[in-house]
Amino acid sequence: MQMAGKSAEQTYDMPDAHGHFGQFGGIFVAETLIPALDELRVEYEKAIADPEFMAEFNYELKHYVGRPSPLYHAKRWSEVLGGAQIYLKREDLNHTGAHKVNNTIGQVLLARRMGKKRVIAETGAGQHGVATATVAARYGLECVVYMGAEDVKRQAPNVFRMKLLGAKVVAVESGSKTLKDAMNEAMRDWVTNVDSTYYIIGTCAGPHPYPMLVRDFQSVIGEECKVQCAEQVGRQPDAVLACVGGGSNAIGIFYPYIDVPGVRLIGVEAGGYGVETGRHAAPLTANAKPGVLHGNRTALMQDENGQIIETHSISAGLDYPGVGPEHSYLKEIGRAEYVAANDDEAIAAFHDLCRYEGIIPALESSHALAYAKKLAPTLSKDQVIVVNLSGRGDKDIPTLARLSGIEL
Amino acid sequence: MASRIQNIFASLKAAGRKALIPYITAGDPNPGATVGLMHALVRGGADIIELGVPFSDPMADGPVIQKAAERALAFGVSLRQVIGMVAEFRKTDGKTPVVLMGYANPIEAMGYEVFSALAAEAGVDGVLTVDLPLEEAVERVATLKRHGLDPIFLLAPTTPAQRVAMIGELASGYMYYVSLKGVTGAAHLDIDNVADKMRQLRHNTALPIGVGFGIRDAESAAAVAKVADAVIIGSRIVQELEQGESGLQDRLVAFLSGVRSAVDAVRA
Ligand SMILES: Cc1ncc(COP(=O)(O)O)c(C=O)c1O
Repeated sequence: MQMAGKSAEQTYDMPDAHGHFGQFGGIFVAETLIPALDELRVEYEKAIADPEFMAEFNYELKHYVGRPSPLYHAKRWSEVLGGAQIYLKREDLNHTGAHKVNNTIGQVLLARRMGKKRVIAETGAGQHGVATATVAARYGLECVVYMGAEDVKRQAPNVFRMKLLGAKVVAVESGSKTLKDAMNEAMRDWVTNVDSTYYIIGTCAGPHPYPMLVRDFQSVIGEECKVQCAEQVGRQPDAVLACVGGGSNAIGIFYPYIDVPGVRLIGVEAGGYGVETGRHAAPLTANAKPGVLHGNRTALMQDENGQIIETHSISAGLDYPGVGPEHSYLKEIGRAEYVAANDDEAIAAFHDLCRYEGIIPALESSHALAYAKKLAPTLSKDQVIVVNLSGRGDKDIPTLARLSGIEL
Repeated sequence: MASRIQNIFASLKAAGRKALIPYITAGDPNPGATVGLMHALVRGGADIIELGVPFSDPMADGPVIQKAAERALAFGVSLRQVIGMVAEFRKTDGKTPVVLMGYANPIEAMGYEVFSALAAEAGVDGVLTVDLPLEEAVERVATLKRHGLDPIFLLAPTTPAQRVAMIGELASGYMYYVSLKGVTGAAHLDIDNVADKMRQLRHNTALPIGVGFGIRDAESAAAVAKVADAVIIGSRIVQELEQGESGLQDRLVAFLSGVRSAVDAVRA
């Protein structure tokens, strides 16, 4: 991660001092949490200016997570699709099987620096919960993970993994019993235990400084990708694709490219049963109005009275009514594009990758693959698409089996 | 012109009395009940009513008030309807101030200008938005004030002194001190701690200060009345609503009258 000292041609400089990305972002939380967020921001700024902290972060990424993750040319699949060359940024090969651990390593080091003995997290697919439980075990901290009761059912293997790692998993029964409700419950825990507890938010959402610090910790993905593209392709790609739940794997690979001209940045949201049906999790694609939830202002799926509406996606990790505020901003300024892939398109792309490349992708990542499958044939063979393969699909095997009518 | 809220605090102060502020969620147990319950609260001795606007994601609330919001939302109760309930209440009560309490998004969705105009016209007096801290409040509060609405702010055990002063400059009517770190409905109230904190708060603001969170009975209400200007009771009242509509108004009046006597026994 290189954060201090922006290069001369770098002009993008967000967020502002109060965490605003234009009209998005900010700090919308109850008063009790304000001093904790202030303290976090100050500690974060000190930490990233501290060479020792950065050295430890980079050491952990290399030796514990296994970075850099490979950039892999999916030659066979590209050939089959008959268009652009598709490269996969292999975050699925990280320890714990997804990009989430880049962020949890960074935040657990912050927690330790701040003297916190207990960490909490929300989780949807369970990947962030696993990544948090993992680093909590690694650093000897108490860990509680909040997970919607629906997701506990959908993602049983990850629930068991978290327990093996020593975390307590709390099934959240309120509201729609999915990721947003898990986040509500984590916030309630934090406000109650704010002195002892560090809240490790799993995506680039939440109140400032979370969207910024999650982005910074995840931007290692894009930094590596730039170097690997230069080495392997001899230039930067024509398009970079990533799935967008809250948007952390996407911002991680997009951020270092924001000031690089000629690179299209395409975020792929969960189209569920189809954006036109209303049963999806694609606020940006559906042009949802901005609203306030979980500490920030962003595009939000809501009814005309400002109540948050239930989302649908086959993938628990994308099943969220909002999106990180920086994505709302990148859409507004036209720097990134946002599209949706439906459940069935994601499943088709999932099978493609299994069959043509011998890689079982996460259902979340399969949404980005689904759009690559559409885009590649429209481009020429010398054009290059990078897809951020944010995670591996082991956790989704029960879901896929069920879809094929198989009980494991 | 002094607002209804300012007038209440001025006259209570003159009489050496403390304000009693009960909370109910609008639309709970059903939308038709709310106006009658507001009148019952007044009969029980309420000086000001905090009327909750139900929200799908009540992050700062414990299970009791979460469920109240769920019951109201099952009837599709909207911010617009809640404002309508206040207008209805105002037809026969021109005196008791009403503060809408809720989360930012329903107001964001309506727009501050439209909301402020509608609320003021209906006879709403104050607005407390739980997830709208100082940082994001300045412009929004200016709109409320332009329409004569008092912006009510939370103060927390964690709020530093200088920040109390800054919030005090933006707020009007009263301030709401959250007695503990936690969500609504939490059980423990450390009264010595609250007393200490109140002394510090008074150094940093001249506004009246109400204390809420953790007040469940006449005893805790009296203890708080000794040190604060207002006693705010939420979850304990909502627990009466939870029991259903049968005899509800009478139960509310009975509970609140008991608290009222205890609060009035404490003379400033
Ligand atoms: C593999 C994988 N990809 C993507 C996501 C979505 O999160 P984000 O949009 O923050 O990258 C998740 C969330 O659980 C995930 O597990």
